[in-house]
Amino acid sequence: MTLTSKPVAADSPVSGAGAGVAGAAHDLDPEAIRADFPLFERDFGGRTLAYLDSAATSLKPRAVLDAVDGYNRRFTANVHRGIYTTGEEATGAYEAARAKVARFIGAPSAHEIVFVRNATEAINLVAYSWGRRNIGRGDTIVLTELEHHSNLVPWQLLVQEKDADLEFVSIDDQGRLVLDTYEALLRTHPKLVAFTHVSNGLGTINPVRRMADMAHEAGALVLIDGAQAVPHLPVHVGDLGADFYAFSGHKTLGPTGSGVLWARRELLDAMPPFMGGGEMIREVHLRSTEWNDVPWKFEAGTPDVAAEIGLGAAADYLGGIGMDRVRAHEAQLTTYALEMLPREVPEITIYGPRDVAEHAGVVTFNLPGIHPHDVATLLDREAVAVRAGHHCTQPLHERIGEAATARASFNVYSTSGDLDRLATGLRHVIAVFGA
Amino acid sequence: MDDLYRAEILEHYRHPHNFGTLDAPDVVQEGSNPLCGDRLTLMLAIDPDGQVERVAFTGRGCAISQASASMLTDRIRGLPLVDVAKIGRQDVLDELGIEISPARLKCALLSVDTLRRALEDRVAWEAPTAEEAPVE
Repeated sequence: MTLTSKPVAADSPVSGAGAGVAGAAHDLDPEAIRADFPLFERDFGGRTLAYLDSAATSLKPRAVLDAVDGYNRRFTANVHRGIYTTGEEATGAYEAARAKVARFIGAPSAHEIVFVRNATEAINLVAYSWGRRNIGRGDTIVLTELEHHSNLVPWQLLVQEKDADLEFVSIDDQGRLVLDTYEALLRTHPKLVAFTHVSNGLGTINPVRRMADMAHEAGALVLIDGAQAVPHLPVHVGDLGADFYAFSGHKTLGPTGSGVLWARRELLDAMPPFMGGGEMIREVHLRSTEWNDVPWKFEAGTPDVAAEIGLGAAADYLGGIGMDRVRAHEAQLTTYALEMLPREVPEITIYGPRDVAEHAGVVTFNLPGIHPHDVATLLDREAVAVRAGHHCTQPLHERIGEAATARASFNVYSTSGDLDRLATGLRHVIAVFGA
Repeated sequence: MDDLYRAEILEHYRHPHNFGTLDAPDVVQEGSNPLCGDRLTLMLAIDPDGQVERVAFTGRGCAISQASASMLTDRIRGLPLVDVAKIGRQDVLDELGIEISPARLKCALLSVDTLRRALEDRVAWEAPTAEEAPVE
């Protein structure tokens, strides 16, 4: 099975909004990519790991490990403090990582990149800082039925405190947002609309540019959860029309503990701090403090310097491949999975959009009468790693009528061989259960 | 065939014993596994002598959690509560008789943890609680 069977158009434009199967001038070489990821050198009973849980976290390439290691071994120091060689090297590398990330997601300025631990912390920062100042009694925030708990629970906490309301855009049977309900909800003049760019539960790629335009026409600000988009699609925050954009570094080939909130500069300037402490101040007196400039105003305490330096290396690594090629590769895999799995495993039920143009590299499925936990346990014995459960999207699972599902999700290092092993494993599961 | 899913486990999963609800139960207890959203509802009827007269469970879950509930309810039916109170987590794992990975322990132990909560006002448990009994 090769990945080069389906050439893609070289001249198709790709933007972050609903990027489809398009954009690669050259297919990438998955074996060369895999050589960059040390985890594939580990032996799992005579074979490599078929890692199909990249939506949970990604594997890390050597370039990222080396960047983290370089900081820890050669220039460990706190940032923005030390007047000595390693202190300045550490600060330089940390701020260089910020600039790399800004370039990677098309942010107009590195000042708009706030380093946080993950997308969850980014969204909580907005809910706490912007939300507490701007959401009041009777105000409405519009979310969707697709949201990860991280883009739901922070808003529940906020509206409980402020006596405000949440409304939800519904989804159709393929897990696509019903824009008619969105339009109707916008007529209630919400203050904020917050939605995921790509669904971690079903792989749905939302029409974010159009949704942002609609929200702005209705006078709402727009927060986009990009945790499943930045690792997999070309994302240019300037073109998306977002006001806030959150993502996790650890899903983007970076280390755990790295993550980003991007927001328009004037919003960040007007927002009060999230946490108080060192680093985020300009002047402190016993009873008053003047805040630092953005983004440092939001980075109280010593940040995860090593992780963010690693994220900078990840941005360089992915930028070097080209996100249009990453998307084309994953779209090929998704096309292959949606065609091959029902053929090889006729019992399977696959959820999510059927058109790969609106379906990222996340394939969520069930086998009849077999709990996804049992599926995952038996696949593990074949060194095939999938996620089983509700994937932090319990309301979405209520909506599709399943307590739990199994999920195979891809990244740049995934191959059709991984999917073939998944299919073989699923046939084995069915044999064990005698279905 | 996979030794993890030995025939007895699969048989309990396909045809769970004591699956259903009771009329007029004395105790109804719900349990859930927050990791996967699986739920279990356990119903008990206790006779005046302090014995488990009838027991039933409903819910959906994986083969391990369903087989575990099926076996445990078989075991406690007709048993005096003082003997029920001696059943510990390790007993449940021993009866399953398979190697359970740490990630699946919650599945295997959902039934006994739910039983413990169901009866916590009625019996003094002799076996250590879930929190204080690390399982090998």
